[in-house]
Amino acid sequence: MLTVFFVVPFSIMIAVSFFQRDPAGFYSPDFVFDNYTRFLSPFFGGVLSFSLMLAITVAIVCVAISVPFTFCLARASRRVQTIWLVAMLSVLSLSEVIIGFAWSTLLSRTAGITNFFVAIGLMSEPRALLPGFGAVLTGMVYQALPYTVLILYPAIIRLDPTLMEAARTLGSSPLRAFFNVVVPALRNTIVATLIMVFVFALGSYLLPQILGRPRHWTLSVLITDQAILQSNMPFAAAMAVFLVLISLSLVALTVLVGARRETT
Amino acid sequence: MSGLQIKGVTKRFGGFTAVDAIDLSVPDGSFVCLLGPSGCGKTTLLRMVAGLEEPTEGSIVVGGQDMTHVPTHKRGLGMVFQSLALFPHLTVGENIAYPLRIRGVEPAHRTDRVEELLELIRLPGVADRAINQLSGGQRQRVAIARALALSPKLFLLDEPLSALDAKLREAMQVELRQLQQKLGITTIVVTHDQREAMTMADLVVVMGQARIRQAAAPVEIYRKPADAFVADFIGSTNLLDFETDGAGRITVLGAPVAGLHPPAGLAAGKLSVRPEDVHLHQAGEGLTGKVGFVRDLGGTIETFVDVAGTTIVAVSTPRDRVAMHQGDDVGVVFPPEACVVLAH
Repeated sequence: MLTVFFVVPFSIMIAVSFFQRDPAGFYSPDFVFDNYTRFLSPFFGGVLSFSLMLAITVAIVCVAISVPFTFCLARASRRVQTIWLVAMLSVLSLSEVIIGFAWSTLLSRTAGITNFFVAIGLMSEPRALLPGFGAVLTGMVYQALPYTVLILYPAIIRLDPTLMEAARTLGSSPLRAFFNVVVPALRNTIVATLIMVFVFALGSYLLPQILGRPRHWTLSVLITDQAILQSNMPFAAAMAVFLVLISLSLVALTVLVGARRETT
Repeated sequence: MSGLQIKGVTKRFGGFTAVDAIDLSVPDGSFVCLLGPSGCGKTTLLRMVAGLEEPTEGSIVVGGQDMTHVPTHKRGLGMVFQSLALFPHLTVGENIAYPLRIRGVEPAHRTDRVEELLELIRLPGVADRAINQLSGGQRQRVAIARALALSPKLFLLDEPLSALDAKLREAMQVELRQLQQKLGITTIVVTHDQREAMTMADLVVVMGQARIRQAAAPVEIYRKPADAFVADFIGSTNLLDFETDGAGRITVLGAPVAGLHPPAGLAAGKLSVRPEDVHLHQAGEGLTGKVGFVRDLGGTIETFVDVAGTTIVAVSTPRDRVAMHQGDDVGVVFPPEACVVLAH
């Protein structure tokens, strides 16, 4: 199964990345490094580092919101938990397109939330909050948040609630106990979640286009552009292979650092 | 007034009353065991003393200070949890030093105090070990040391020994009692194990159905239970319905018990006789019964005697027992001084 659906397509992509582009048709079999050398330019370097930075930011924001939220959720009644989890799952079922257009309306000048702020007297006049980095980040965090909560939930619900109580009897305020005891006890889960959300965010290609300016476009956007609009399959494949390698090495690095800290 | 006073404390969860108007005064430096079956409210009461639950009504006073609404971390108490709740990401030393770190004690003093506490629990030199490298009994001691690190006024333990095997548990009971006497610290232990309570406590508080049924010294609880619930819960006992005959004597299973009179106004109730107080004689004396089963445990022999459809258990040592076998007819005698007369 894994061979057929994962290894074979991935191998084909690697093979294509070394092929020669045929402007008249599609591509012809070859073995050249053109596609990779073209990639080593300041422009693609900039896009790559922006993509990684965006995905890392999304992962950190998501985890920073989700850990305290899930912790409170795990202590709520069964009924409240069910309602929240169902709501989370329903957000997960929304497609990227719907999320993108919903947020573009919500952040717009004519129909957006700034109109609401004006109505309650917080702002003097409505204004557009997109396109921009904030809008891209908001959309992507919204998309990844349910995912984050659902990954964290099983680990947090299994966490011994007396750990926090013990810290309180030993003189820790509840907030301090949370950072002193709950967060370190969940460290491995948090690292794993960061990686999952990072990878998830790296693949997002519609939200940056809907909510951002061209300079907010990620490598995923360019890959789509090359593959579908420019019909340059070999170059798109080369970029995709490169992206996979970079993210794999980042993940490996995180795991390595985590493992080393474990032993000391 | 020092020590701990619990005044009219009630805790309700929705419509369920977990603790019902409890009054209890614990003298300074004493060792109290809250004893009762599961669900009797003993853990909830302890958690309210710790500040982990807020009482619906009533107040909790520690050392003359009203603590009812003081948050847990400002109460200055030590608590050992059933799960022990040792922090898995910290070493033994760091666990014990945690409360000191929170209080901003200097690192050098922390190390000294940790050494001192490890000495106290007789585990010197394990400060650098990880928690999962310790055995169950060692973890138990580390949890105790951590709770005592700040020399609290009040030491609370919630079923602290329930995770240990029987032999280790008995050893730890003695050790815990000796430690408490050495430090002179007011201690409250929640347990459902009556042997544990009898071993350690100055004062045993028997709880049942959200109320205190009896609070007294261990021997008094055993010898003079306040009601049938306590008599049945503490140790094993023969609980028999009695009636009063025309001459004002107590009759059990159709025969009067010589020399035993009910208190004024009590015409019927229950009679509690401990198995070791039941005397077995040749048939003809006292109540007549038939031996249903003999359990010879070596050190003690339990004899189950069937008297008019009711089983009465007698325990004796092999030396002072008349030889008898299953199916023999015997006479069952209740010495009046060993009988406890209880209302229904």
